[in-house]
Amino acid sequence: MTQAPLLRQITDYANRADPYPLYAELRKTPVLQEEDGGPFVISTYWDIQSLLHDPRISSDASNLTAQRDELTEQEEETALPPSFLRLDPPEHDRLRRMTNRPFGPPHSPRRVHDMRGELAGIVSGLIAGFGDTDRIDVVDQFSYPFPVTVICRLLGVPREDEARFHSWADTIAAGLDPVPGDDPTERNRVTHEARMQLGMYLAGLVEERRKTPGDDMLSELATSHGPDGPMTTMEVLSTAALLLIAGHETTVNLITNGMLTLLRHPEVLQRLRDDPRLAVNIVEELLRYEPPVQLVPQRTCIADIEVRGVTIPKGSSIWLVLAAGNRDPERFKDPERFDPDRQDIQHLGFGSGIHSCFGAPLARLEAQLALTELARRLDNPRLVEDPPPYRQNAVLRGPRHLNITFDGLRPQ
Amino acid sequence: MAADAFLTWLRREGRIVIVGASLAGLRAAETLRDEGFEGSLTMIGDEPYEPYDRPPLSKSVLLGKASPAHTELPRRRPVDAKWRLGVAATGLDMAAKRVLLADGDEVEYDRLLIATGVRARPWPRQAEAELDGVFVLRTRDDAAGLQRRLMASPRRVFVIGAGFTGSEIASACRARDLPVTVAERADAPLVGALGGVVGAVAAELHRENGVDLRTGVMVTGLEGDSVGRVRAAHLSDGSTVETDVVVVSLGATRNTEWLAGSGLGAGPRGIACDAGCRAFDFRGIVTDDVFVAGDVARSPHPLFGYQFLSLEHWGNAVTQAEVAAHNMISSSTDRRPHMWVPAFWSSQFGVNIKSVGVPSMGEEILITQGSLAERRFTGAYGYQGRVIGAVTFDNSRWLQFYQGLIETAAPFPPAFLTVDRRPEGRQPVPADFPDPSLPTHGPTVTLSGYSPADRRLVFKPAHP
Ligand SMILES: Cc1cc2nc3c(=O)[nH]c(=O)nc-3n(C[C@H](O)[C@H](O)[C@H](O)COP(=O)(O)OP(=O)(O)OC[C@H]3O[C@@H](n4cnc5c(N)ncnc54)[C@H](O)[C@@H]3O)c2cc1C
Repeated sequence: MTQAPLLRQITDYANRADPYPLYAELRKTPVLQEEDGGPFVISTYWDIQSLLHDPRISSDASNLTAQRDELTEQEEETALPPSFLRLDPPEHDRLRRMTNRPFGPPHSPRRVHDMRGELAGIVSGLIAGFGDTDRIDVVDQFSYPFPVTVICRLLGVPREDEARFHSWADTIAAGLDPVPGDDPTERNRVTHEARMQLGMYLAGLVEERRKTPGDDMLSELATSHGPDGPMTTMEVLSTAALLLIAGHETTVNLITNGMLTLLRHPEVLQRLRDDPRLAVNIVEELLRYEPPVQLVPQRTCIADIEVRGVTIPKGSSIWLVLAAGNRDPERFKDPERFDPDRQDIQHLGFGSGIHSCFGAPLARLEAQLALTELARRLDNPRLVEDPPPYRQNAVLRGPRHLNITFDGLRPQ
Repeated sequence: MAADAFLTWLRREGRIVIVGASLAGLRAAETLRDEGFEGSLTMIGDEPYEPYDRPPLSKSVLLGKASPAHTELPRRRPVDAKWRLGVAATGLDMAAKRVLLADGDEVEYDRLLIATGVRARPWPRQAEAELDGVFVLRTRDDAAGLQRRLMASPRRVFVIGAGFTGSEIASACRARDLPVTVAERADAPLVGALGGVVGAVAAELHRENGVDLRTGVMVTGLEGDSVGRVRAAHLSDGSTVETDVVVVSLGATRNTEWLAGSGLGAGPRGIACDAGCRAFDFRGIVTDDVFVAGDVARSPHPLFGYQFLSLEHWGNAVTQAEVAAHNMISSSTDRRPHMWVPAFWSSQFGVNIKSVGVPSMGEEILITQGSLAERRFTGAYGYQGRVIGAVTFDNSRWLQFYQGLIETAAPFPPAFLTVDRRPEGRQPVPADFPDPSLPTHGPTVTLSGYSPADRRLVFKPAHP
């Protein structure tokens, strides 16, 4: 019997609910190229960790010279220039630095912290919205609207418009999902279209914010003049699009994967209910155990590099399978176990190096608040189906629905 | 007693004494308990305080963002030790396995860890050093005194020496808008540790931030007023700088005097020990019950040709303490070497500076990423055709990669392309370290000893 290549099995939707055995298989060949011209797949912790810090690895789409992959072309042609996620230094550093000014230390050290009260308010509002029921879809009724509301407030994007850019965001995120061998043309066209639309929508907002700036990030990005000078309008647009999409597509999965995992470990759920302080460690362990970003498929090497005796030729595409590294037994003791008391927990859930997740502080806080509140308010929650139906995306992996029942809501 | 039985006994009811109750001492104590040591533990420290952290003393404390009384080191776990604080160890009787204390007491040990660190080198002329307003910066008390003086809005602060500490002090003064003059014997700040190419960038940083930087000069004397307060500093170029605060920042002296006559291989360069942190006696024979860790230690490093390195690095103190503690209670086959790659960080004038390896051994430097002009760069140092060190200015996320190059003795100059490699990074240039026969103050690493250069050495870091 001939096995389908591992990579195809991983991207195959049939394996979405539990890709972890495949990741274990991957780790047996830490540097794997299954098909000529295909990507080199890296799956062990230390290799991923060191490649994330390797200056011979580029995130810049224009460096994929050997076999230009469909993804990049499509991005280059769109109206929006690549966001800093897809750039190398020095441009990456400059844009990320400028974006960080209104977001985090040293210039805005309290921004995320100060949102705590507001976030808690959004969470209780959503839970109140469950109404008088004993059954909800955690995704649609909670873990999707929560981060989306937050990112809209943070950026200063009207929540009412959410329905419009939801589908753009979805389409763009789907474009991130590499399906090896698939004909990319149609998908590219659709993604391209969505990026255009999102760009035009944001351009209108930026225009308004320039005239009447608020204290949101979009206003600050559009008007700030730090030591790096102002951002061009196009840079503001692609940065805003990046944050908006990241806010749509990742925290949702972190919270949903988290709730699913807790429901599979009711004793941990109970402990969290009794002691909210456990949330910090639970979220870190979740980022290791069920990371919302499973793999990074967008790196290229700009020089020959050797990994474990294998030379990866210049121009090759490299996939870093973060989720496989997170369960590497060479790195973590008992890696397949969800252990909320784990102390040694330097996961790859947020990546590492210069592209490590920009929104990490916010994502952490959101997930901590969300899971603590769900644990506290839901009385005896149970999964309706296990596994739940998953989203198509293999990169940004998470359940599409998470139907649960419970005996009622506990008082606030 | 057979070795095994001894070890079992030692772990259960042995007596371990740690002299030097600071970073290395505390981390060693925690590791001992973590690894199951149940016997008695005595911590001897001449400072009256529980272990505290020093790096903030020249950074957040001087900036007024942290109180010098509140830089206690976070505890990883309870250590259940008997603390003898505020009393110095004054002698060591190796034969009787006893530490002598300044208050006349004696403490017996089965295993001893020496972690007495270094102290600031004072201004050499005692009368001048004792003038009111003249400071060094090593301890919490030093920092409290200096901080108080800076709060009183002095007319000018005068810093002698532009090594890391001196530069950080100057930076803090500028952040508080205090006029500051820095006098440095070399041609630029940080040259002892990072060489002239990087030193030139540091000099720009000083000047752009309004520091009155005087290089290539020596301070010839400090002058006091009639009531014994410092009022001016005289320089070798004939100039005089009026000032009411002087900070002497001329590097450090190892705290080994108390071991004189003990028979231990201890001297002004530190206490020599093997890679497992066991101290050598003065005959070059390794002891089995005396261990060393932290700034006071001097140990051979296989990556750097087995030369004896003494490092004044925070991270080194931690890892060396952990290794020493582990080895103190382990059988010879379970012992681990301390093969930590030197790493150092500093922050000054808003720039985050980090280094790995031993840049000061470098003959050449190549700016592999970023640009000196933007003050955001990575420089790799080469020594005999291999990468020996690296430095980053505001670029530290790449540093781990360069550490890998150092660990694998990768060829220098690195031939490959990197992201953000600019035109200036095409050719290595001389790293421009000063002639070693002309001492500058405070290089972070000193090297000594004979080295059979072995370039084929393979060094695989032990991942935790
Ligand atoms: C101002 C300042 C800034 C620094 N900044 C950085 C930085 O940014 N990055 C970095 O990597 N490193 C930095 N360092 C260095 C770092 O703090 C040291 O490497 C670290 O403190 C070494 O720890 P240690 O325990 O070996 O020695 P120490 O911290 O020096 O502790 C030794 C202790 O032993 C005591 N002692 C000495 N003799 C005796 C005796 N006979 N009996 C009893 N006790 C005795 C001493 O009083 C002291 O308390 C800085 C140091 C200073 C002073």
